[in-house]
Amino acid sequence: MRRRATIITSLMASAVLTLAACSPGAPAGEAKTLKIVYQKTASFTALDTLFQSAKQEFEAANQGVTVELEPIQAEDDDYGTKLALALRSPATAPDVFYEDTFKVRSDVDAGYLLKLDSHLQAWSEWDTFDDAAKAAGLGDDGGTYAVPVGTDTRAIWYNKKVLAAAGVSLPWEPRTWQDILDAARKIKASDPTVVPFNMYAGKATGEGTVMQSFYELLYGTDSALYDAEAKKWVVGSAGFTDALAFLKTLYDEKLAVSPAEALDANVWKKVFGEWLPQAKMGATVEGSYTPSFWQDGGSYEWPGYEQDMGVAPFPTQEGQAPGGVSMSGGWTLAVGAETKNPDLAFGFLTTALNKKNSLAFNIASSQIAVRKDVAADSTYQAANPFVKDVSELVSVTHYRPATADYPRISAAVQEATEAVITGAKSPEQAAADYDAAVKDLVGEDKTVRK
Amino acid sequence: MAVPRTTRWVRLLPVLPAVVLLLVFLAGPVLWAFHASLTNAALTGRNARSPGWVGLDNYARLLTDPVLPLSLALTVLFVGGSAILGQNMLGLLIAVLMRRARRSVSAVVGTAVVAAWVLPEIVAAFAAYAYFSRDGTLNQLLGGLGLGQPDWLYSFPMVAIMLANVWRGTAFSMLVYRAALDDVPGEVTEAALMDGASGWQRLAFITLPMIRGSIATNLMLITLQTLAVFTLIWVMTAGGPSNASTTLPVLAYQEAFKFGDIGYGTAVASVLILIGMVFGAAYIRLLREAKP
Repeated sequence: MRRRATIITSLMASAVLTLAACSPGAPAGEAKTLKIVYQKTASFTALDTLFQSAKQEFEAANQGVTVELEPIQAEDDDYGTKLALALRSPATAPDVFYEDTFKVRSDVDAGYLLKLDSHLQAWSEWDTFDDAAKAAGLGDDGGTYAVPVGTDTRAIWYNKKVLAAAGVSLPWEPRTWQDILDAARKIKASDPTVVPFNMYAGKATGEGTVMQSFYELLYGTDSALYDAEAKKWVVGSAGFTDALAFLKTLYDEKLAVSPAEALDANVWKKVFGEWLPQAKMGATVEGSYTPSFWQDGGSYEWPGYEQDMGVAPFPTQEGQAPGGVSMSGGWTLAVGAETKNPDLAFGFLTTALNKKNSLAFNIASSQIAVRKDVAADSTYQAANPFVKDVSELVSVTHYRPATADYPRISAAVQEATEAVITGAKSPEQAAADYDAAVKDLVGEDKTVRK
Repeated sequence: MAVPRTTRWVRLLPVLPAVVLLLVFLAGPVLWAFHASLTNAALTGRNARSPGWVGLDNYARLLTDPVLPLSLALTVLFVGGSAILGQNMLGLLIAVLMRRARRSVSAVVGTAVVAAWVLPEIVAAFAAYAYFSRDGTLNQLLGGLGLGQPDWLYSFPMVAIMLANVWRGTAFSMLVYRAALDDVPGEVTEAALMDGASGWQRLAFITLPMIRGSIATNLMLITLQTLAVFTLIWVMTAGGPSNASTTLPVLAYQEAFKFGDIGYGTAVASVLILIGMVFGAAYIRLLREAKP
């Protein structure tokens, strides 16, 4: 009996000792782990593939380092929320993470991101990155906090069959807003069951409403959303009212989808999955990633989309220079400010974004390459027939003013479009209400009349 | 028989873990939410790094927020319409009718009603979305009958989500009332029958007063549950169009997570907790009075 007690006691003691050796307080210090957080959804696994291969490469090159991959299964909005919640506490903050370009500035303000300037200086491949894309990782202090993995642009995607049937000459190259209305009215006249020209509106489509619709209009006038030099929000502009009036015309004349359809958060699925493939829609404004839905393995496979679809830059209001408008977002990789191994974390980041991995990722996710050597690669250029057209739009593109106030301003713009297309307010009223909302949000001294 | 002091303490010990868990997981978050509502804590931006104490600023801002009155009214409408009237009355009605129905009929009805309750909220929400959407089941039925096909989620968002909540939650009330009705002693109802009381009179003067306790308990539970409904609304309408179905939980979520304004979002949530407490207190009073 006594013997058994001794055995149990010694077993327990050895267990305690073993456990103590495993605890983080142990002075071993040899084994290091890097925690990587990124997004993965049922239809978006390209990033997972990228990190799996980067993990193998990096662990082989750095003995004793373990890379822990922690994909978050969520759509964009929810991913942002979950990431921000993880970043709030040093105990849960990742070492390297996938970060939306438009969150970079406010997350730098929050102290979540490590400044990378000294690391980047020593990284020879940094020069192969496109200068415009590099700007996406800048904080308000001018330092670089994130490295872009890819970007996107927006364009008009049109169904050639529908346009041809309505007698619109191909390739379609609208020069002004009026050209769009003319073509849309022709399509409507030739087949009333077709949606001629869709542009998102309302709060249900969220950022889609502003990125793939309203900003293409606004930035094609002589106005803007934000004065970056004065760091002030623009109010009272004629361009804002004109842009709303254009949407009103589209919806009032039933050239776009019905307001009820526009206010369904799932409307984009019908655009990609039903209306364009079935030749029930003439054209829509969408991102450069559009082919990824229709390619083999995409959510809405459409063999033959290369022949049926065409792409055109979104025109400026009166055809003024530079002749086209696009919006860009995109994603970056960043290093957590609280990381215990900044050099290793940066090393992993550069492995993930080396030429081989960037090329594979940009092709798999239909992203526009930000490395010049990737952009020049023949496999990238052959990935789909539209790569060249949508990549050229980078020269006329705009980025969102990603301050901490931005999400609310964006919501106010979305509300203005919703009020106009449902007929609740006139474009002038909606613009005035937007102005009031902006002044309320940021304070009158941070606004400027233009 | 008097119990010695020490034994009484020992007897309380088994309850202790539950009390600790309640404190940690219920009172803790409630207090945290209330504390956060007095700061300008945010998910990102400068206020995420160093949240400041702003006192009652968030509540002052709530009072001037044009969405709040609408949101309050929609919450009351949602709870009153779909829980207190819809689930409660329908549950009682089905329970009463099932007692009279044939065994087979009552089994079929019971299964159909409970099926909606068994579905996880997210699945029920998608089912309801598919049912009420423009090309959904409801409109196909209406079209088959040659009636109009309104866009429910756009034109009548509150009607759609209230009906969905009634569909989903009636089973609970029905089960509570079935159990309560089974407890009403048969001889009392028989005596009333002998005295010549009609069916309605028996229900109003005998049955209902006897199950008053169950009514109050049921009302309290379904009210609190309906106050907290989020997934159903978020999936069906996301609070739109134009905030026409933004109840308080939806508003709190939008403020805290869509705009990253945790301070303001928790202020909205605190108002919601307060409303829940008011309802809870009212029902507890009702319960006490119910005891003879």
